[in-house]
Amino acid sequence: MSQETLSGWVRRLQAREISSRELTQLYLERIERFDPQLNSFITVTAESALAQAEAADARLANGEQTPLLGVPVAQKDIFCTEGVRTSCGSRMLDPFVSPYDATVVERMNAAGAVMLGKTNMDEFAMGSSNETSFYGPVRNPWDIERVPGGSSGGSAAAVGARLVPGATGTDTGGSIREPAAFCGITGLKPTYGRVSRYGMIAFASSLDQGGPMAATAEDCGLMLNAMAGFDPRDSTSVERPAEDFTAGLNQDLKGLRIGLPKEFFGEGLDEKVRGVIDAAVEVLKGRGAEIREVSLPNSHLSVPAYYVIAPAECSSNLARFDGVRYGHRCDDPKDLMDLYTRSRGEGFGDEVKRRIMVGTYVLSAGYYDAYYLKAQKVRRIIADDFRSAFQDVDVLLGPTTPELPFALGAKADPVSMYLSDIYTIAANLAGLPAMSLPAGEIDGLPVGLQLIGNYFDEARLLGVAHQYQQETDWHTRVPAAFA
Amino acid sequence: MEWETVIGLEIHAQLNTISKIFSGAPTAYGAEPNRQACAVDLGMPGVLPVLNQGAVEKAVMLGLAIDAEITPRSVFARKNYFYPDLPKGYQISQYELPIVARGHLDIELEDGTIKRIGVTRAHLEEDAGKSLHEGFELMTGIDLNRAGTPLIEIVSEPELRSAKEAVAYMKKLHSLVRYLDICDGNMQEGSFRCDANVSIRPKGQTEFGTRAELKNLNSFRFVERAINHEIERQIDVIEGGGSVVQETRLYDPDRDETRSMRTKEEANDYRYFPDPDLLPVVVDTAFVNQMREKLPELPDAKRARFVEQYGLSDYDAGVLTAAREMGDFYEAVAAGCGAPKLAANWVMGEFSAALNRSEVELAEAPVNAEGLAGLLARIQDETISGKIAKEVFEAMWNGEGDADTVIEAKGLKQITDTGAIDAIIDEVMANNPQQLEQYRGGKDKLFGFFVGQVMKATQGKANPAQVNERLKAKLDG
Repeated sequence: MSQETLSGWVRRLQAREISSRELTQLYLERIERFDPQLNSFITVTAESALAQAEAADARLANGEQTPLLGVPVAQKDIFCTEGVRTSCGSRMLDPFVSPYDATVVERMNAAGAVMLGKTNMDEFAMGSSNETSFYGPVRNPWDIERVPGGSSGGSAAAVGARLVPGATGTDTGGSIREPAAFCGITGLKPTYGRVSRYGMIAFASSLDQGGPMAATAEDCGLMLNAMAGFDPRDSTSVERPAEDFTAGLNQDLKGLRIGLPKEFFGEGLDEKVRGVIDAAVEVLKGRGAEIREVSLPNSHLSVPAYYVIAPAECSSNLARFDGVRYGHRCDDPKDLMDLYTRSRGEGFGDEVKRRIMVGTYVLSAGYYDAYYLKAQKVRRIIADDFRSAFQDVDVLLGPTTPELPFALGAKADPVSMYLSDIYTIAANLAGLPAMSLPAGEIDGLPVGLQLIGNYFDEARLLGVAHQYQQETDWHTRVPAAFA
Repeated sequence: MEWETVIGLEIHAQLNTISKIFSGAPTAYGAEPNRQACAVDLGMPGVLPVLNQGAVEKAVMLGLAIDAEITPRSVFARKNYFYPDLPKGYQISQYELPIVARGHLDIELEDGTIKRIGVTRAHLEEDAGKSLHEGFELMTGIDLNRAGTPLIEIVSEPELRSAKEAVAYMKKLHSLVRYLDICDGNMQEGSFRCDANVSIRPKGQTEFGTRAELKNLNSFRFVERAINHEIERQIDVIEGGGSVVQETRLYDPDRDETRSMRTKEEANDYRYFPDPDLLPVVVDTAFVNQMREKLPELPDAKRARFVEQYGLSDYDAGVLTAAREMGDFYEAVAAGCGAPKLAANWVMGEFSAALNRSEVELAEAPVNAEGLAGLLARIQDETISGKIAKEVFEAMWNGEGDADTVIEAKGLKQITDTGAIDAIIDEVMANNPQQLEQYRGGKDKLFGFFVGQVMKATQGKANPAQVNERLKAKLDG
């Protein structure tokens, strides 16, 4: 039963084959049974989940049909949830119970989703392995000695092990796509501005974007239908007519122009990963897609530009965590400076501190032009590269990550960790929608395929992914230990 | 050595929008601590700012009123520093691209000449909260009601040359923001605050001296005193062989002195960068024109019109137009009584004196424009004399009714009946034979004595012109 997809459950709930309460219980039991091995949840909200499920059952009995009615989901612990601890994976917010719901949470609740709990993550979403969480690392369900990717590692591992049919993630430099790839699931980072950032604790405001993580492209489309939409509380959210992201799923691929950026297939790419991607390209070709090689000549600048812009914004975004109003406060502060330095010193982990320091440095008088301003220029150049590529092709395709999921503790050097996001970061810098979907297995570990689309072209991306998933079964595979 | 003072002012005016600049919480003053701070104002995790259009409108109106360039695409930036009453750890302000660029303001110097002061820029920003130091043992209380209140910071060029000029500039701006109805101007509540950058240099030198920034100047009087103090301090330092340090100094009105808060070395590096949570503010020509249409008649224009239309002196017109409400009040009185000069004298004289004496605002005055016009009409139609009118005004101020009621009740109607006046004159002449003889013998000065006697006999109610005329006829006859 637990193999069923989120969209499958929506159909079964509507057909009254199962009640939301039964379904919620099924997944709560799985969490109880399996999560001790994975550590994918920070908080499980069993009681309120059952209450939400009962309310959903009543609505189902009334014939209501909101998009996620009665379906269990999990929220990444970066989304504020009223009355529930919202830790962002940090000791700093370990005591923080949010007084309000994020827009995404509000919208999913309104769509009838049942929240099972809050998933683990890298502290303040800073990491690519989910090892920086105050609540301990999350384990990859395909091999618990390996990382699930990050920062949305809890959501990815929970969906990968089918402890929940769908979960939210956020993606600043690859934080949905990389863990989706590592855990063998489908995850979408929408166009910047598609999903409201209100109530999503900010890491790097100009890059952060929330999105769905689930087994299939169809699941992601259903979830995005509930999550996306203009929000007057987020000035960067884009006002556009409502869209059904599942509408294009059955669009065939005849004539679709797929571009392979040659820079994504160069040095550093694991040969076996390349083989998986090549095979996926053949599948899409077989369904009528035209394949072209394209170039994103400045993509080598993505990681350096990102590691100026993201830390700069985070150094400012995280200034509010000062021990004054909420969150961690040190014991017996001597004076104001002591309150600040100890509360922040104790509340933040090493990676967060590293990025705050880098960000503070690049914004400082005398360095701003050389770093921050320069990085902004690079960012525009990278967006221009994509703009020219999309003159010739409809979708870009490549690997999500250069390597397979690595072992816990394998990347102690921060720079080698930062390079895990080498293929994902550019889409964030340009604000483009991008997704990862499972496309193969190597040595029992999943491999992710990345698709990058033009602005607001999520429906097309999901369509391509769905067509691929019609022909393949990688998305249906569940690690044996969690079957 | 002769020294020249160089002053530039940074004025923070709170914009009187109903809600805050980046949240929907109300801006009203005086609520219980932290009752007017929503999640956004508290800097909760995950919250985002949304710009209040009302604040943009008011900023543009100010820009138009000082003949400034309106920036078509201005940008909000974060000013980063830690302070407990700054909830996000940064203030949202504008840095490289303020909404209002170069403009100017004309001030009147003591000798009546007009001096044009350049306004470098004016930008929108949010106010911080307040730290409360009393009533918290060994702790500081934080009240975030004020956090997020919209401010416009108006920065002048360093073109002011004395404390008096600085005050004149500040008063002019104060009058302007109230005319525009963009700020309530309440200095006690901190709605209109001033920081002054002060330096001195030998007369004739073109380079600026090292400046000190004076903070906490929340009244016109303090501005003048603090600047004069600072000038003296800097002269003493330099003439004593030292040099002025670039620093921020806090004015202490109780001790009437400034003291150092922090030096340049201790100053924050604010690490300004564009706020990624807010889009650039795009102000197009249509919007600017719409704001231009909303502009009221401004003080200088109104002053010129008062001189032209009502025949007032430039000085009187200046006094009457300093505050928009006073100008409106004056015009209502002038229209109501049909005597603009009489109205000007009364509004600036008796009426303003009564306001000061009773310490009430114009809007709360017990005599309104209609009431005062009613009184002045009685002077105009000679029902009462100007002197009696002061008595009637007093009674009206004390709530004894309108002019006619008071005149009636107190029997203050002027005696204009020639027969009655003649009879009193005859009586006075009869009672003062000695003075009459002296007068007729050539002592002209005694005319005033007879006028006084007649007025005394009528308790001041006789029409003075008539008394003069009849008395002359009778005495000389």
